[in-house]
Amino acid sequence: MNDVRTVDSAAAKAAARLRPHADRPAGPVLAGRFRRQQSPQFSLEVEFQAAPGFTILFGPSGAGKTTLLDCVAGLSRPNSGHIAIDNKVLFDAAKSTDLPVSKRRVGYVFQNLALFPHLTVVQNVAYGLAHLSRAERQQRATAILQQFRIADLASRNARDISGGESQRVALARTLVTDPAMLLLDEPLAALDTATKATIVDDLRAWNEAHRIPILYVTHSRDEVFALGERVIVLHAGRIVAQGTPHEVIEAPRQETVAQLIGFENVFDVTVEAVHPERGTMLCRVAGDGGPVVLETPLVRADLGATLRVGIRAGDILLATSLPLGLSARNVILGCIKSVQQRDVIVSTRVDCGVEMEVHLTLAARDSLQLAAGREVWLVIKTHSCHLMKR
Amino acid sequence: MAIDWQSFWLTLQLAVTVSAILLLLGLPIAYWIAFSGWRWKFLVEAVVALPIVLPPTVLGFYVLVALGPRRPLGRWWISLTGHTLAFTFSGLVIGSILYSLPFAVQPFAASFASVDRKLLAASATLGASPLRTFFRVVMPLSVPGLITGAALTFAHTMGEFGVVLMVGGNIPGVTRTVSIDIFDRVQASDYAGANQTALFLLVLCFTVLTVVYGLNRKIWMVGPVK
Repeated sequence: MNDVRTVDSAAAKAAARLRPHADRPAGPVLAGRFRRQQSPQFSLEVEFQAAPGFTILFGPSGAGKTTLLDCVAGLSRPNSGHIAIDNKVLFDAAKSTDLPVSKRRVGYVFQNLALFPHLTVVQNVAYGLAHLSRAERQQRATAILQQFRIADLASRNARDISGGESQRVALARTLVTDPAMLLLDEPLAALDTATKATIVDDLRAWNEAHRIPILYVTHSRDEVFALGERVIVLHAGRIVAQGTPHEVIEAPRQETVAQLIGFENVFDVTVEAVHPERGTMLCRVAGDGGPVVLETPLVRADLGATLRVGIRAGDILLATSLPLGLSARNVILGCIKSVQQRDVIVSTRVDCGVEMEVHLTLAARDSLQLAAGREVWLVIKTHSCHLMKR
Repeated sequence: MAIDWQSFWLTLQLAVTVSAILLLLGLPIAYWIAFSGWRWKFLVEAVVALPIVLPPTVLGFYVLVALGPRRPLGRWWISLTGHTLAFTFSGLVIGSILYSLPFAVQPFAASFASVDRKLLAASATLGASPLRTFFRVVMPLSVPGLITGAALTFAHTMGEFGVVLMVGGNIPGVTRTVSIDIFDRVQASDYAGANQTALFLLVLCFTVLTVVYGLNRKIWMVGPVK
């Protein structure tokens, strides 16, 4: 299942070069090659390297992302394989090496943050500094609280602070121990966009000063682009793609990747007309006699060939009346089947012969007064249709 | 004299001693039950829970036999102290510890097991040894369970009868506890005296439990982190 879209690899490389740390070599490298049988039905089998900086672990729930982090941290034990950071071996099944969690110097921020509820903020932050003198402990804890702008919370109880504050405390508690690597399991999942952005900035700033490998688990495409120097796509316990965000997300090579990376709409199409002079072609969705024809970018394919098209739900526009004077080539009449709010996006399902999922903002839903039963026009740019081999 | 204060103080002494010992002894057992992954763990759990269902006389009988001068435990004690364990206060303590074991261990283990495992993992990733994790995280978050276990042990030992009678007999000032005193009075048709002592014990145990559960609820309850 190779990608048949003309991959602009030169552009991808240029983009990678523009990323601030892509070429900076200094710092320890985390390397893992291991297998863990989690249950009779599920095994994780991976081989990866994480250089200093952010490496995003991306994949659906149940893909094994947390298990991977747990194995690196020493909370789960692989059945076979090897994990090391530079030449410090953390785990080696063949040599029966299994460094205890507390000796691995791994910073781990859990999805539920796991702040100690019976301690104050500053006690939480100083927890990992037990080996230092009281004065030094105090000084380091205070410094990191200031760096993360939570110094005013120091004497508050950990269970009495807000979600965003808890996130900062959890990060500070982990980073103050000066870990050799950092594991972040969707630490920002529950936050609003603004809070998320400032914490991401803080993390970036911290990462400028401490070049260590950071494995960052996320579901969010935005976070992949905001943080990622490198992405590992995990599916059903296997790594199905790795590379820069641009390579992995913009040029999916495999169907599984396409589905993961946010192509909510995937259809089989038949090539109906080819216009090499315009660089486009016409594809009929759902085969011969199908209800919808899409204008798509030109790929090398014969008339009548069957391909697959992926369209992101966020790339489709909705209009309540027939839009005129548009550059977009696909304008399709449909009827709203359902409108569902998910967090801060609105997921709308529109029946236009086939069912398409469209993502909108809350404001868009309210100003257009979208509701089930309403007739709408779907507007899809030619280049929002991503063709893949079936 | 309506209430036999000597047997009352003896009972109180026994209950406090047993609670204190079980508070220490129960911790490692409860920790093991809460966190061990051993596949035959349920056998140990069943043994620990046995005194709940076993008739106290059965337990008391076997304790008496085990403490006897011809058994290893009894012989060892005699070589150590010069006298037998049976019909002594120390013998009572041992019998009571066994008898009250589940009332301490089960609340301890339940509260240990209810501590969020992620907190233990977080503690380990922050460099803490299992022992430090136990004292800094598991114990403080299990205070309600520890108090409940100690209170149940205390109240349970206060009202103990069968085991005491089997192991200790009825020696005033040594093994004669309040419940045996009540039994004696009933035997002697001293219903008024029995009633006074019984009522006193009832009120005392109720007060202790009320105070402990009240404190437990108000001060020590630890809520989830937001």
